[in-house]
Amino acid sequence: MANVAVHLEAQQPSLHAHVHDAIAAPHVEGQQHPIKVYLVVWGWLFVLSACSYLVDYFHLQGYLRWSLILLFMVLKAGLIVAVFMHMAWERLALAYAILLPPVAVLVFVAIMVFESEYTHLIRVLFFGSPA
Amino acid sequence: MAETALTTHGLSPARPDGWEGIAADWSSDQRAFKNVSWGKAMMWIFLLSDTFIFSCFLLSYMTARMSTTVPWPNPSEVFALEIAGHHIPLILIAIMTFVLISSSGTMAMAVNFGYRRDRVKTAVLMLVTAALGATFVGMQAFEWTKLIMEGVRPWENPWGAAQFGSSFFMITGFHGTHVTIGVIFLIIIARKVWRGDFDVGRRGFFTSRKGNYEVVEITGLYWHFVDLVWVFIFAFFYLW
Repeated sequence: MANVAVHLEAQQPSLHAHVHDAIAAPHVEGQQHPIKVYLVVWGWLFVLSACSYLVDYFHLQGYLRWSLILLFMVLKAGLIVAVFMHMAWERLALAYAILLPPVAVLVFVAIMVFESEYTHLIRVLFFGSPA
Repeated sequence: MAETALTTHGLSPARPDGWEGIAADWSSDQRAFKNVSWGKAMMWIFLLSDTFIFSCFLLSYMTARMSTTVPWPNPSEVFALEIAGHHIPLILIAIMTFVLISSSGTMAMAVNFGYRRDRVKTAVLMLVTAALGATFVGMQAFEWTKLIMEGVRPWENPWGAAQFGSSFFMITGFHGTHVTIGVIFLIIIARKVWRGDFDVGRRGFFTSRKGNYEVVEITGLYWHFVDLVWVFIFAFFYLW
């Protein structure tokens, strides 16, 4: 039964989650996924890292540089959390409990951006020599 | 109606009071994470708290960099190396990134073989992961040495804003510490796997509980998190 499930998973990745829940879950211990999934993600992480290095190597500047850096960063982080850390296969109760709180950090970022702009302005006004 | 009034909302009538009651209620088999063991849930919660720690470091770095009127040193040049007569920007950091990603890959494979109860492959892959992690820390030590010799201090550096040094040592230092702890953690668990502790149900020295192969996945969660943090450090500190 478990072997059939593994075979099915390897053949039809799109049905993977469904098959995993329906057949494999009661028979397989822990998080059990085909090795191919890990190898593919590993390959993508290499490609994305190479891409972000090339952003620096070719001296891209301005908004193009920043958006590419953020894009590659988010893709890499997503792959690591979803596949390597198995979050894609965990129940939503756990995924939300862990993934939603860090969103609050973005509010903190916004607050500190305002704060830094203000500090910078004051420094320019009172000490001169703007950057 | 009388029957409805008798319903006790599922509470058993005789529950202990006082401190005993607190302990009894909190340990009464109520759980939010239905199919996740306490070990895995606690590792995730620890990683969440660690996320906030690293977020605070990166935020303080952002604040320092945005608010200074002195130009920020160019990381691309600061971390460049001369290799065989060629001046290659940021090359050491790129190599460190690939080393850490490779270690994440071997860790993921170790978790997989652990659940397949392949003791030898699991232990070997975990030791490979630990070796790659140690390589990473070694390269970081080289990087620190190079920068310190060039005159980078937490309070000054030859190229620009003084906060560059403090941000650099704080962020990479904390990350390197995490990698080092991860390497130690990996070696300890790899030894248990190698010895077959999880096949024969040998009790651990600390908790006296029988372990199982899930601890490989929990170790893996920590290790992937270290890699995850590096993704953000690489993007914000080295590339930005």
